[in-house]
Amino acid sequence: MALLELTEVHAGYGAIKALHGVSVSVEPGSIVAILGANGAGKTTTLRSISGMVKSAGRISFDGKEITNHKPEDIARLGIAHVPEGRGTLAQLTVWENLQMGAYVRRDRQRVKQDYERVMDYFPWMRRRRDQVAALLSGGEQQMLAIGRALMMAPRLLLLDEPSLGLAPIVIREIFEIVQTISKEQDLTVLIVEQNANLALRAAQRAYVLEVGRVVLEGAAAELARHESVRKSYLGQ
Amino acid sequence: MIELVAGNPVQAFVQQVVSGLASGAVYASLALSLVLIYRAMDVANFAQGEMAMFSTFIAYALITTFHFPYLLAFALTIAISFGGGVLVERTVIRPFEGSSVLTLVIITLALFSIVNGTAGLIWGYVFKTFDSPFPFGSVHFQGLYIGYQDLGIIGVTLVVLALVFVFFRYTKLGLAMRAASLYPEASRLLGVRTGWMLAFGWGISAAVGAVSGMMIAPVVFLDPGFMQPVLLFAFVAAVLGGIESPLGAVVGGVLVGVLLALLGTYVPGGQNLRIAMGLVVIVAVLLIKPAGLFGRSEVRRV
Ligand SMILES: Nc1ncnc2c1ncn2[C@@H]1O[C@H](COP(=O)(O)OP(=O)(O)O)[C@@H](O)[C@H]1O
Ligand SMILES: [Mg+2]
Repeated sequence: MALLELTEVHAGYGAIKALHGVSVSVEPGSIVAILGANGAGKTTTLRSISGMVKSAGRISFDGKEITNHKPEDIARLGIAHVPEGRGTLAQLTVWENLQMGAYVRRDRQRVKQDYERVMDYFPWMRRRRDQVAALLSGGEQQMLAIGRALMMAPRLLLLDEPSLGLAPIVIREIFEIVQTISKEQDLTVLIVEQNANLALRAAQRAYVLEVGRVVLEGAAAELARHESVRKSYLGQ
Repeated sequence: MIELVAGNPVQAFVQQVVSGLASGAVYASLALSLVLIYRAMDVANFAQGEMAMFSTFIAYALITTFHFPYLLAFALTIAISFGGGVLVERTVIRPFEGSSVLTLVIITLALFSIVNGTAGLIWGYVFKTFDSPFPFGSVHFQGLYIGYQDLGIIGVTLVVLALVFVFFRYTKLGLAMRAASLYPEASRLLGVRTGWMLAFGWGISAAVGAVSGMMIAPVVFLDPGFMQPVLLFAFVAAVLGGIESPLGAVVGGVLVGVLLALLGTYVPGGQNLRIAMGLVVIVAVLLIKPAGLFGRSEVRRV
């Protein structure tokens, strides 16, 4: 059974409709990519999953309907959403950012282990734990956002354009870490990207979104070979 | 706060500074309670002084009507004020969450008259005295006479400020409250119930305000309007320190207290100029350094 299932989801902002019946299914343990141009509705899709925008249709997580639940309740079910712009708690320190990831958890021992694990993925954080997050580079802030999400011990990780505004080498590093984490921790990841190249390589399945509709879906490797994907999203 | 005036001018000056510190401590704690709410919702709570007044009347009732010992009444009042602050946020403020600043200001003004009227209804408008928990007399030190009353006010305020600091700096809930007020959306995605964080903020703010009311009450007379001048000077303190800075509120409070004490001593008729002076300070700060002494622009990587 799919861990996350969107069925005919409609969403928008007041009179502006951004999603016109989007259906997406995410199998446990997999990485799924949603591709699309600017304004296609990728962010809105993630926001409707985490309850940040009102939606119609059906969204279910682990078999339970979560449509229009409050963001804080959805987060508590184990969905970690790294939003567009990374959600950095800029005036707080690196350590405080990570602590906030573990805010709802009561299993102190496990939190400690997860903290050590995050430090192993991102060793630079150890040295800079007391630094204010605003002083980190874009890449470091993205890593901090992923680290903070891992501190939630989530079952599903939603990543909104992690590559945005970063240098190619940093983007590659971040995608590698996401893949490693997904494998090592059997973590399910739904990643939204304009950068189709890396996303298609990291993902097992992918969807292509155009003006609020899914126009293509399939195995990532197949989509990468698809004529229109290559033209529109891979620049080939 | 009648002090024996020391013989030489330097001593007289220091004497005034010390007594200014005590009233400054009261302004500081009420200013801090203003700042706590301002940071959480970008609105100055004009009812802050009236809430502190109501808390003080609760302490008064516990002591005179129910004959509780002072310490117990003090602790109970703080707890009740915390609960009251939470309740006010949940019932009065919450329905207007996300409204414009103007709407919220009007709500706090409405709250001002409701709390004031309720206190008048229950306790009337006749002046009452609130006995001091501190002994009469003063410590004699280097030619200075420092009243136990002043020392007590300063000491209690320092303890309260330290507790507030430790709470926000070192506890998980304090951290979450800071995160929720600065980054509400990102915090909700981490599972933080931001609405409750705001309510707790009101609770803590009301509790801190209650302390300021209980500290100044023995020095003045108790009536439903007794906190209004204190609120004015707390506003001056908060603006002077930087309306978003808790440390600024405290420093501002102390400065305002000392300034007013010196004004009263050295300027003929200075006692009557206190309110004018407060307004002058506000205007001067807004003209010269609108962010206040400790108001800082966000740390941001360029
Ligand atoms: N806060 C908003 N208010 C109004 N319209 C919005 C808002 N956010 C996004 N939109 C509109 O919704 C559509 C989808 O946006 P979005 O989901 O952000 O796309 P993407 O993430 O794929 O770039 C766009 O037409 C955009 O203009
Ligand atoms: Mg987007």
